[in-house]
Amino acid sequence: MSWRDRWDRILPQLVIWPPLLISCTYVLAFSAWTVFVSFTRSTLLPEYSWAGWRNYTAMLASRNWHIAYTNLFIYSGCFVVLTMGIGLLLAVLIDQRIRGENIYRTIFLYPLAVSFVVTGTVWGWLLNPSLGVQKLMHDLGWTSFKFEWLIDRDMAIYTIVIAGVWQASGFAMALLLAGLRSVDSDLYKAAQIDGSGALRTYRRVIFPTIGPIFIAVMVMLLQFAIKTYDLVVALTAGGPGLASTLPTVVVYDFMFQRGELARGSAAAVMLLGSLAFVLVPYGIYRRWKRRSYA
Amino acid sequence: MRNRLNRLAIHATLIAFAAFYLVPLLVVLLNSVRSTEDINHAGVIGLPHGFVWSNFSDTWSHYCIAQHCSGIQPYFWNSLQMVVPATILSTALGALNGYSLSLWRFRGDGWVFGIVTLGVFLPEQMRLVPWVIVLRDLNLFNTISGLVLVHVIQGISFTTLFCRNYYVSIPPDLLKAARIDGAGFFRIFWRIVLPLSPPILIVTVIWQFTGIWNEYLYGVTFSAGEHQPITAALIALSARLTDAPQYGEQSAAVLMAAAPTLLVYLFGGRYFVRGLAAGAVK
Repeated sequence: MSWRDRWDRILPQLVIWPPLLISCTYVLAFSAWTVFVSFTRSTLLPEYSWAGWRNYTAMLASRNWHIAYTNLFIYSGCFVVLTMGIGLLLAVLIDQRIRGENIYRTIFLYPLAVSFVVTGTVWGWLLNPSLGVQKLMHDLGWTSFKFEWLIDRDMAIYTIVIAGVWQASGFAMALLLAGLRSVDSDLYKAAQIDGSGALRTYRRVIFPTIGPIFIAVMVMLLQFAIKTYDLVVALTAGGPGLASTLPTVVVYDFMFQRGELARGSAAAVMLLGSLAFVLVPYGIYRRWKRRSYA
Repeated sequence: MRNRLNRLAIHATLIAFAAFYLVPLLVVLLNSVRSTEDINHAGVIGLPHGFVWSNFSDTWSHYCIAQHCSGIQPYFWNSLQMVVPATILSTALGALNGYSLSLWRFRGDGWVFGIVTLGVFLPEQMRLVPWVIVLRDLNLFNTISGLVLVHVIQGISFTTLFCRNYYVSIPPDLLKAARIDGAGFFRIFWRIVLPLSPPILIVTVIWQFTGIWNEYLYGVTFSAGEHQPITAALIALSARLTDAPQYGEQSAAVLMAAAPTLLVYLFGGRYFVRGLAAGAVK
């Protein structure tokens, strides 16, 4: 083999491997490091003496973690149900071959292009009792109107639901609409010939066929909810007090504000566990489906 | 008759929702030209009494953020200096990775692809501290280059996923023919794959640009003070506790921070939606 041939063979390898290796190392090594640190006694700086499960038990017993997970359940439940509900409603309505479809779609989807920081800031103003909706109602003469979720310990988490749904429902709409549009038009016709009404057609024929997309969107939204961070920081900063904190906020707080690196890492690993709890079953379901079709 | 009523009901519902989505944008647009006294007096939802255009110039170049009274301008440039190289580099590397993983196959490519895309799902919190250490060691902590590095490496996962899923649909016969003609790795990439790539490259660039411009957690963790991107500056700006909030100026700031990605969305909306589908339901 000549030098040239050999070079021609080696060069692609030299180009292919560095970005792939960097990427793999980054994903595996960085995660492994955080997992390892979660088992050490690290506080302000990383320190490599073994602590066993201590950080995990401490986090699980802490009040912050308890509030954060309760909030995550409330938030992700409400967020996913409302986003899917509104997204489906809008998708079905737009699917009726209406005039102005593009305008509606553009309006429903634009929040996705905006950062959580912007969304959180603006909804913070709108929901601020002395500036936003409540103030408007009072000025219009409805003085008994009350809408103080932002400063109410029990309700603050729902303001994040509102902002989250505002931002993500267009996303659900777009994907579900794409699903509805991909349904074979013969199915529609067959159902219509059978004489089933519009609602029935949807329920019986169309929804079952877009089931997989429905589940995919739901998993994406759940993933989205578990990772929510910026939105809380911009909207409530986790407050009042700790009332609207989420696991992501707790992780950051322990890692960078309290100088409890090991505990913060343990919290991050548990966050990863929650994600895996959602994504692994979905991955298995996908694989199983692909196999049963093949 | 019944049909017409139905149509009316559909449009009424859609318009009601459109209003819900548009209110925040309208509020920011209107407030950006209202005076702070007006907003304090009448609330954030209201029409302007006269236009205070100076909100924009004040916010852009004089407004004080965390003791630096140079407005939002430096942070805007930080974000721009971060987003342009990070978008270009991560897209280029993603295209290359996607190509080698889908068309130039090698043993174990499925595993490599799996690990790389795992990066899309891992929470950012898992990688924050290792990044701090790496950036310190490279002397890139609190620099724009550091943020570019983070976004490129992090972005490769997304861009590889996008490009690989697009490239698998290129018929392998096309490549076989080229190989028989003696074309190598690079020639096939330049002559066959790249000319077929504009759609996916546009989608990837739009998504990377939007994602990196809007990112906050990396910005606030790996940079401080004058080196922060605009999202972090926006939080610092609304968290000023020393004096009363200036809603007029803040609205102008929010608008300027949101403008680049909104413009990209308005002009590239088609590709934006295509990216949604490509990323989610492949």
